Amino acid sequence: MKICVLVKEVPDAAVNKRIDPETKRLDRSGEKNLNPFDTHAIEAAMQVKEGGTDVEEIVAVTMGPDSAVRALHKAVALGADRSVHLSDAALEGSDVAATGYALAKVLEKESPDLVLLGQQSDDGECYTIGAVVADHLKMPSLTQVIKMDAADGKVTCERQAEYGYDTVEIELPAVISVGDAINEPRYPSLKAIMGAKKKPLDTHANGDVGIEADRVGESGSRTTVLELKPPPQKESGEIIEDEDTAETVEKIVAWLDERKLI
Amino acid sequence: MAGILVYALHDDEGNFNKNSLGAISEAAKLAGELGTEASAVIVGDIADAAAAALGKHGVTTVYRAKEVPEGLAQPIVDVMAKVMTDNDISYALFGGGLLGFEIGAGLTARLNAGVTMEVTAVRVEDGKLVVERPILQDSQIADVGYVEEPGIIIGRLNAFDENEGDGTAEVEDVTVELSEWSSKAKLVNRGEQRGADVNIEDADILVGGGRGLGQKENFEMAEELANSMGGAVAATRAVVDAGWYPYAAQIGQTGKTVAPKLYLAAGISGAIQHKVGMQNSENILAINKDQNAPIFEFCDLGVVGDLHKIVPKLTEAIKAKKGG
Repeated sequence: MKICVLVKEVPDAAVNKRIDPETKRLDRSGEKNLNPFDTHAIEAAMQVKEGGTDVEEIVAVTMGPDSAVRALHKAVALGADRSVHLSDAALEGSDVAATGYALAKVLEKESPDLVLLGQQSDDGECYTIGAVVADHLKMPSLTQVIKMDAADGKVTCERQAEYGYDTVEIELPAVISVGDAINEPRYPSLKAIMGAKKKPLDTHANGDVGIEADRVGESGSRTTVLELKPPPQKESGEIIEDEDTAETVEKIVAWLDERKLI
Repeated sequence: MAGILVYALHDDEGNFNKNSLGAISEAAKLAGELGTEASAVIVGDIADAAAAALGKHGVTTVYRAKEVPEGLAQPIVDVMAKVMTDNDISYALFGGGLLGFEIGAGLTARLNAGVTMEVTAVRVEDGKLVVERPILQDSQIADVGYVEEPGIIIGRLNAFDENEGDGTAEVEDVTVELSEWSSKAKLVNRGEQRGADVNIEDADILVGGGRGLGQKENFEMAEELANSMGGAVAATRAVVDAGWYPYAAQIGQTGKTVAPKLYLAAGISGAIQHKVGMQNSENILAINKDQNAPIFEFCDLGVVGDLHKIVPKLTEAIKAKKGG
């Protein structure tokens, strides 16, 4: 079995994210990291491999600027055998539809049996890339999976849907996006971190994987951001720092009492 | 092109989802402004009368694919793609919920359409739909338009209110040949309830527990606090998935939506997925050790501190006050 894991470089959680008013896109300068949700996808791939299924290789795949290579190095340190980087200036400004299409084209070239990804990115909060990619690849898919067992050419998945927990059996090849409850990602060893840069890395431009130029980038996107505005202001609440717990509790009780809640 | 198509999700008993009915009501309103009509898609064996009754919320036509199973996205993508293409429909609108995200995403690829998600409002501008989408943890709102039709709109949970009138929809049966890959996923078990059955929707006071509680056993602390105020305990998805608390107590995107008089969030960061399920509470009190937690941006009283120290003392103080 060949597993591809889609990963993404996102601004570090500690960085205050902002939108560039000129381009109306996320300002991606500053400290970056591997999307935390993707570490769960890599761990899920590792657990399939270690769980007795014959996995020939785990390939980390990303789309992004040059700096995205660091996310691939992290993915390799966490267990991927090699990585693929789709990098092309013409991809800049791609929306969800365009990104999903481009990623599907890279994956087509790899023809994996299983595609894994994190259920959401820390920055975009779209939850949808997996299902877009799956339809382009003509593969079955499921998102927000919290338990996955691979055996006999299929995966059995569990997830929460509208009415409780669903169990779904899916024939491979398939695209599965995983939730953070699926596993506890391991820490990479120092050796793995040091060795990550030596693992094979293929870089593709759009033409290498047959991406049609008019379907990606800002001009190929199907949506357009017209305006950015601040959200309606909610009167901010009172904040107290707990220095003396007895005093804090007294304040809370008074607050509750004032509102006739106790 | 004209018209707005809505997917109406239902449970195994045929009850339509509240968020779907909200999306139908919203689509009917927008269609009125656009001078066109709203329609709905349903799958499975829903009786004529129940299907036609969706007209109460403003759709004129209900497309029913009887042979197609409910509960997984891809077969429904097949149905909606066919209905949209055959009837030249401009937009697909989804109420908040997991399946809507998946179906909407699939349609995006299938129809080469634009998509927006987590949408909180939709309006008509120059004969087209423009959506409002909060981004970056709700710190900004983007107005997004579609370059071309069709456009796919995926709403945030509870974004659209349900309206009821007295219309009746025409029910049209559609036969759809499913894509090969749509038949490769099988729903083995749907809607399994895990853990004890608790009722949080009727409680006036809720203590919500999140990862910040640290471990399963600490939910006892939350229960004692709730008991002292005559309330119940609710939980975030993260702790439910971790098995710390029963599914029936889950609030948020895939759980329940509540609006009690008091919501006391203990160790809850306030991520969007949770926020959408409790933000309409009359009073929100948050205790969290991380002063940057998003919940401090929408609570009424925020306490930055160690809940393990504060909660037991608070419980004692409330008991003492009530006793005295």
